[in-house]
Amino acid sequence: MAQNIENIKDHVELFHQPEYQELFQNKKCFEGMPTSDLVGETAEWTKTWEYREKNFARENLVINPAKACQPLGAILAAVGFEGTLPFVHGSQGCVAYFRTHFTRHFKEPFSAVSSSMTEDAAVFGGLKNMIEGLANAYTLYNPKMIAVCTTCMAEVIGDDLGAFIITSKNEGSVPKDFPVPYAHTPSFVGSHITGYDNMMKGILSCLTEGKKAETTNGKINFIPGFETYMGNLRELKHLTAALGVDATILADNEDYLDSPNDGEYKMYQGGTPLVEAADSINATQTIALQAYSTTKTRDYIEKEWQQKTAVYRPWGIKGTDEFVMALSEATGNPIPAEIEKERGRAVDAMTDTQAWLHGKKAALYGDPDLVMGLLQFLLEMGVEPVHIVVSNSNPEFEAEAQALLETSPYGKNATIWGGKDLWHMRSLLFTEPVDFLIGNSYGKYLMRDTKTPLIRIGYPIFDRHHLHRYSTIGYNGAINLLNWIANTILDELDRRTIIPSKTDISYDLIR
Amino acid sequence: MTTTDDKKQLIQEVLDAYPEKAAKKRQKHLNVYEEGQSDCGVKSNIKSIPGVMTTRGCAYAGSKGVVWGPIKDMVHISHGPVGCGYYSWSGRRNYYIGTTGIDSFGTMDFTSDFQERDIVFGGDKKLLKLIKEIEELFPLNGGVTIQSECPIGLIGDDIEAVAKKASKEIGKTVVPVRCEGFRGVSQSLGHHIANDTIRDWVLTPGEKNPVEFESTPYDVAIIGDYNIGGDAWSSRILLEEMGLRVVAQWSGDGTLQEMKCTNKVKLNLVHCYRSMNYISRHMEEKYGVPWMEYNFFGPTQIAQSLREIASHFDDKIKEGAERVIAKYQPQADAVIAKYRPLLENKTVMIMVGGLRPRHVVPAFRDLGMKIVGTGYEFAHNDDYKRTTHYIEDSTLIYDDVTAYEFEKFISALQPDLVASGVKEKYVFQKMALPFRQMHSWDYSGPYHGYDGFAIFARDMDLALNSPTWGLIKAPWRK
Repeated sequence: MAQNIENIKDHVELFHQPEYQELFQNKKCFEGMPTSDLVGETAEWTKTWEYREKNFARENLVINPAKACQPLGAILAAVGFEGTLPFVHGSQGCVAYFRTHFTRHFKEPFSAVSSSMTEDAAVFGGLKNMIEGLANAYTLYNPKMIAVCTTCMAEVIGDDLGAFIITSKNEGSVPKDFPVPYAHTPSFVGSHITGYDNMMKGILSCLTEGKKAETTNGKINFIPGFETYMGNLRELKHLTAALGVDATILADNEDYLDSPNDGEYKMYQGGTPLVEAADSINATQTIALQAYSTTKTRDYIEKEWQQKTAVYRPWGIKGTDEFVMALSEATGNPIPAEIEKERGRAVDAMTDTQAWLHGKKAALYGDPDLVMGLLQFLLEMGVEPVHIVVSNSNPEFEAEAQALLETSPYGKNATIWGGKDLWHMRSLLFTEPVDFLIGNSYGKYLMRDTKTPLIRIGYPIFDRHHLHRYSTIGYNGAINLLNWIANTILDELDRRTIIPSKTDISYDLIR
Repeated sequence: MTTTDDKKQLIQEVLDAYPEKAAKKRQKHLNVYEEGQSDCGVKSNIKSIPGVMTTRGCAYAGSKGVVWGPIKDMVHISHGPVGCGYYSWSGRRNYYIGTTGIDSFGTMDFTSDFQERDIVFGGDKKLLKLIKEIEELFPLNGGVTIQSECPIGLIGDDIEAVAKKASKEIGKTVVPVRCEGFRGVSQSLGHHIANDTIRDWVLTPGEKNPVEFESTPYDVAIIGDYNIGGDAWSSRILLEEMGLRVVAQWSGDGTLQEMKCTNKVKLNLVHCYRSMNYISRHMEEKYGVPWMEYNFFGPTQIAQSLREIASHFDDKIKEGAERVIAKYQPQADAVIAKYRPLLENKTVMIMVGGLRPRHVVPAFRDLGMKIVGTGYEFAHNDDYKRTTHYIEDSTLIYDDVTAYEFEKFISALQPDLVASGVKEKYVFQKMALPFRQMHSWDYSGPYHGYDGFAIFARDMDLALNSPTWGLIKAPWRK
């Protein structure tokens, strides 16, 4: 009898019971799978340098990439604006995937609509779908803005969003003055960070049209980039408030993706007011916290708005120092004692714990800006990055990361593997092992295969709860990073020293 | 809000929010079931209306995500841009036993990661080279499927020619699947297309490496069980205990060889009718293999299904069925004794895909719970006909429900539990309503079979009776 009613076993334990083990054994004779000897041999072979070379020689196959496609980033940008409904023009399955992906990560509702194009639209184009879709979305969901991007289907057939939106307005789908910014976001170009950039540029150019004033409004714009840590938006607000900066965040999706449960569901939560976003053209400058998810947007701001832009990544101590000093310089306000105290606490934590991290070898992967931020912090701790995989890399990032690595003696053993994937990373971890791996939830497969402890930092994180509520930037973020990394190392140390009378001599109480 | 008239009034109010044209279309998909009718009074399997927030996916999701993806020893290539493979990577918890990356590939993402040049020049050459790279790096793979994403069909690639060529070169089965996301109106066409490719590229005589197979009179196959959280295993154990020999699982924890043997079984047992009725019908017509639907949710239906399955066999199996029922009934009784008092008379609203909007109803009923509304993402009319066997008079029915409709229906009916998908989960939890995901079993499971029913009951209790629901209202808010 498999189930004991007082202790009902789910899949975690149920299938380890003898009757199920026997079932698995008996099933094998129908499967036609290779023998366990052959599987074992092959598994060993995949750990070799020979396999690594074969693996790195592939030119067409991508296995376990660490990147998504453009519209995912586009709709993340869109929901940072007040009352904004993302509208994805193309096949409808994409939107189901995006909503699922964000919902699994944030554990929050995520609303977005599709124009649900099918075969007839593939032949005749999706104009009818756009006209009908905008009217339905506007009437049913009462948004303040509808931000349109595309799936690859609409891109391949060449639908022209600008013209379609004008026609839809002429047809009365939405009022003529209702904002419908758009961005073409083909999934066969770039990745989700490109889509974020394209949508941000699209929304800003729509909202700020004709809003340029004679004088500046004295504010500073901040673009978080493809940011999935809501704690980072809080940290940004905290730092700018402390420095007395009059800040406009473009765009602020904090409330949308970390909303309170008060018993009432609200489809639109918080977000940067459209009026404020429209006035962003009159700010004194724009600071982006990520470079590679804001390239086109910054270019646009500099050229079209004639506004100064800069990139600061407030990761680790020095990165945050530079950021707060820049804010201090911009505002003329001194750096307050409160912030200096936060810095002191973070540095205190780092000096307390440095011995456990110093000289440890790390592998990491993620979006280019996330990786830059992590590298800043790791080098400050004396960690030696070894394998750096960035699937959605670009030459500018690689040069920037290389330059950063060269500033530190701890960076000299690192290799940046641009355009590579997590199956490449597997070979790297087998042939040149490291002490720990930093990445998203998909890193758990690398942990299983290579036994490298995984520290979950990045997107998506599906198998751990609430990490997205924390910050990774600012002095407070540095403490979070340190906490996650150091305590994972210590947990791992316990696991390695837990066998009584064998390894537990080092199973220490005090560390 | 309990009578048929109340609910019809509610439907009207919800429709009033739409533009006229959309209201007219949606009106056909919403109704209240009236006892004695042969279907649920709704239209289905029709295009979703643009802009209304359907929960539906696409044909690719139906093929790669549902039918083909769980075949563990084959490499399934997401052919096209990077997104589709990425979003569906490990998304469905189709459990399997195997060494991932060596002889099994279920929780991996293989993609051709199309770039602009591939759209312009076509991807056929790349695809052929890519399959050879798979063979080089994963020599123990059992075969390959090509899961087409939207651009493939639009740029005119000839994946069938590539599949034939590649198959010749690597000496293994290579299946081209035209499951571009713009085909059809939902996942459903993807199921059908995937079924058809199994018919044409796996079961067709003369396919690669035919399998030696010795039949017994008790051979069956489990069809349409995707082994979410191990569902197929907690089903298989019952069939084996009653004396049947399960030759194949389609497709959870299944293999190519298992599929190849299936046309030689005595009876196909179909759980998810929607996604695999096509191949079952084909095997009946072409190979004379009969099929029957069964339901392994909740002890009432399990016992009924076991007896019905046994009725196709001799006394040995009939006795086996009785033996299995007798063995597990005390366990089921104990589950009901423990949980029914905690769940009695609680109301539920369901919205999922496949078979579950009807199949799980008896499991809830075994626990004393009542279904007040149900609907499917991508059902056809035959599903709604089957649904009438499961539901009561005045149950609210919604087909391809939109986010707006579902929120309004649930606000009005205030069920004690919402049983739907992850996209819906946090909407209703923010409304202080207990929720269970009914696609993924909310990361729990299995829910099939007697062992699964115990977990199902435990999970419904923990969802409904969590003390956290009592914390939502701040005490100073009256």
